[in-house]
Amino acid sequence: MTLTPVLTDTWDKDHSWRLATYERAGGYAGLKKALKAEPADLVQAVKDSGLRGRGGAGFPTGMKWGFLPPPDGGPRYLVVNADESEPGTCKDIPLMLASPQHLIEGVAITSYAIGCDHAFIYVRGEVLHVYRRLLNAVEEAYKAGYLGKNIQGSGFNLDVTVHAGAGAYICGEETALLDSLEGLRGQPRLKPPFPAVAGLYARPTVVNNVESIASVPAIVAKGADWFSSMGTEKSQGHGLFSLSGHVTRPGQYEAPLGITLRELLDLAGGVREGHELKFWTPGGSSTPIFTAEHLDVPLDYESVGAAGSMLGTRALQIFDETVCVVRATSRWTDFYAHESCGKCTPCREGTYWLKQVLHRIEAGEGQDSDLDLLLDLCDNILGRAFCALGDGAVSPITSSIKLFREEYQAHIDGHGCPFDPSASALFPYTPKTRIAAALAGAGAGGHR
Amino acid sequence: MTAEPVQTRTRYDGETLATLTADATAIMERYPNPRSGLLPMLHLVQSIDGYVSRDGILFCAEMLGITAAEVSAVATFYTQYKRHPNGTYTVGVCTNTLCAVMGGDAIFDELSEHLGVGHDETTDDGAITLERVECNAACDYAPVVMVNWEFFDNQTPGTATALADRLRLGEDVAPTRGAASVCSFKQMSRVLAGFSDGRADEDAGTGEPTLAGLRIARERGWTAPEGPSSSTPDKPGETITGEPGSSAARKPTTPADTQVGKDKKPGEDAK
Repeated sequence: MTLTPVLTDTWDKDHSWRLATYERAGGYAGLKKALKAEPADLVQAVKDSGLRGRGGAGFPTGMKWGFLPPPDGGPRYLVVNADESEPGTCKDIPLMLASPQHLIEGVAITSYAIGCDHAFIYVRGEVLHVYRRLLNAVEEAYKAGYLGKNIQGSGFNLDVTVHAGAGAYICGEETALLDSLEGLRGQPRLKPPFPAVAGLYARPTVVNNVESIASVPAIVAKGADWFSSMGTEKSQGHGLFSLSGHVTRPGQYEAPLGITLRELLDLAGGVREGHELKFWTPGGSSTPIFTAEHLDVPLDYESVGAAGSMLGTRALQIFDETVCVVRATSRWTDFYAHESCGKCTPCREGTYWLKQVLHRIEAGEGQDSDLDLLLDLCDNILGRAFCALGDGAVSPITSSIKLFREEYQAHIDGHGCPFDPSASALFPYTPKTRIAAALAGAGAGGHR
Repeated sequence: MTAEPVQTRTRYDGETLATLTADATAIMERYPNPRSGLLPMLHLVQSIDGYVSRDGILFCAEMLGITAAEVSAVATFYTQYKRHPNGTYTVGVCTNTLCAVMGGDAIFDELSEHLGVGHDETTDDGAITLERVECNAACDYAPVVMVNWEFFDNQTPGTATALADRLRLGEDVAPTRGAASVCSFKQMSRVLAGFSDGRADEDAGTGEPTLAGLRIARERGWTAPEGPSSSTPDKPGETITGEPGSSAARKPTTPADTQVGKDKKPGEDAK
């Protein structure tokens, strides 16, 4: 399968982030075409294209737009989720850094399609230059008449506000994001009502991922058929596949959905020299891990799901045989415990205890009953938490115990970790009192 | 909403309070509901005080007409809001799984020993606040260090300690991707409050991983399928028809091979 640069196509151009560069590459043809179309036809075109949410859940984008109730004269909002924080996920940030106008044009078209005159881009606060580029892109688009009053003489008005978050993974959850955007603690809301009915300021709201919205201009400019000519039958179009970890040439690879990790690794020069693949995530840390057995699973929503994981954000984190799966899982668990918003008990308490048990296994103080204890804890979180964070937290644990139970047991039986932590690093070093550091840092009181 | 508080419980001097009030008013005007301005307003407070101070909390509360407790509840939820005076530079080492195993743990330990501070602690000279940070969406550049939320990619213990030394000496330091140099914590906080510093056009360079796939596509002449020309509306029959019901298993070898599937109705496939 060949790569299909669409969103990445301008990234190697001089001053790729500028509006002029984007226009020279055909940018804003989609908006000009859209403004001559009926909004309902645009929603239909996106439905026809088969575009599904690129933020992880894979919900059909056009259908999400279609859930908005009929206009009642009051405001309707588009909120772009640019809070990219899922461990392993690194596609939206380079996109906004290299080509923010892709997103701004998508925002303008989408807003027109859903009848919104004030859109928001919620970008995580921990990417200063990305925020600068977005503020600048919006300013450039206003000056060029792509935003503001009477856009391109169409009578359509749109204001765009770029809003910086302040450090909270949970704000990637769409209802938590809305609470955060309203100036509150970022905690998820009970659904229903879904944001389409009662979202920002309790008004009808569409929340979409950056890559989803950035994919809209080309769909409008080139047609739904063009988009759906790429990918598989039920997972259509192009997507950014982000390779990271122990791979020769990590980075962004834009390809039709359905490409395999084997094909991508081939393009990326393979696993780092002298090593072999041990495990990988197909879509970030919240998606159950895979091994070399899954190299030929087509990376589309259905195939990855059938193989027991989720396509997620196509965050392909590659770990070779030097990586201790207990260490990897324990660290992800630290992350979920740190980022649990505290609203619901299963997640707040569950992630805390998962962390304690994993830490003692990693430190060689595990007990024989600990693996069953972990699985029991996971069972009490999965499906019982208020939002998907809890489900995500158990994915690495249950999947790694299933695939590498003997490695966990070796930590318990051998009273310690059998791996040399320096072997997985990209440089030689002598570990400094590793276990003490791990316990004092990432563990008790580290992140909090 | 009280745009210009007549009486204030804050201890800001008149000039500072006037500037803060004007900026906070501009922030609130960006939103249909002024309360949405609280997060940028807390960044604004940090741009003056270097952390979320008692006065900053009172100021936000007075501007929005809410209680100090309500502001504190928000300020304590987000990791970027600091409860103690921050150093001029936040040096954040990613110690989430991928960066950690690729060297992030070693970098943090080395920096911690070198600077004599632990997580969320500041050096005595007030230059650096060291932090373990979570995944910062730069995994293809692991191990990653952030300085005031600019990217320092592909770090080692040696590069990180050299970086810290330069920061402490007050030298200009350029990230590997981002602006031409790192600004101070207070300057950064002002940008995050939504006030442009005019530096968007600066560019420390686009890293190779960002362009990895595109480079291969260019070398091999791979492109996305051609769309119908923009002057003609989409019509059936304009694109090359491939095999119907294309599946994941098909392996196109040329761009034209990917132009299949126009005979299906994607929207109907979705759950």
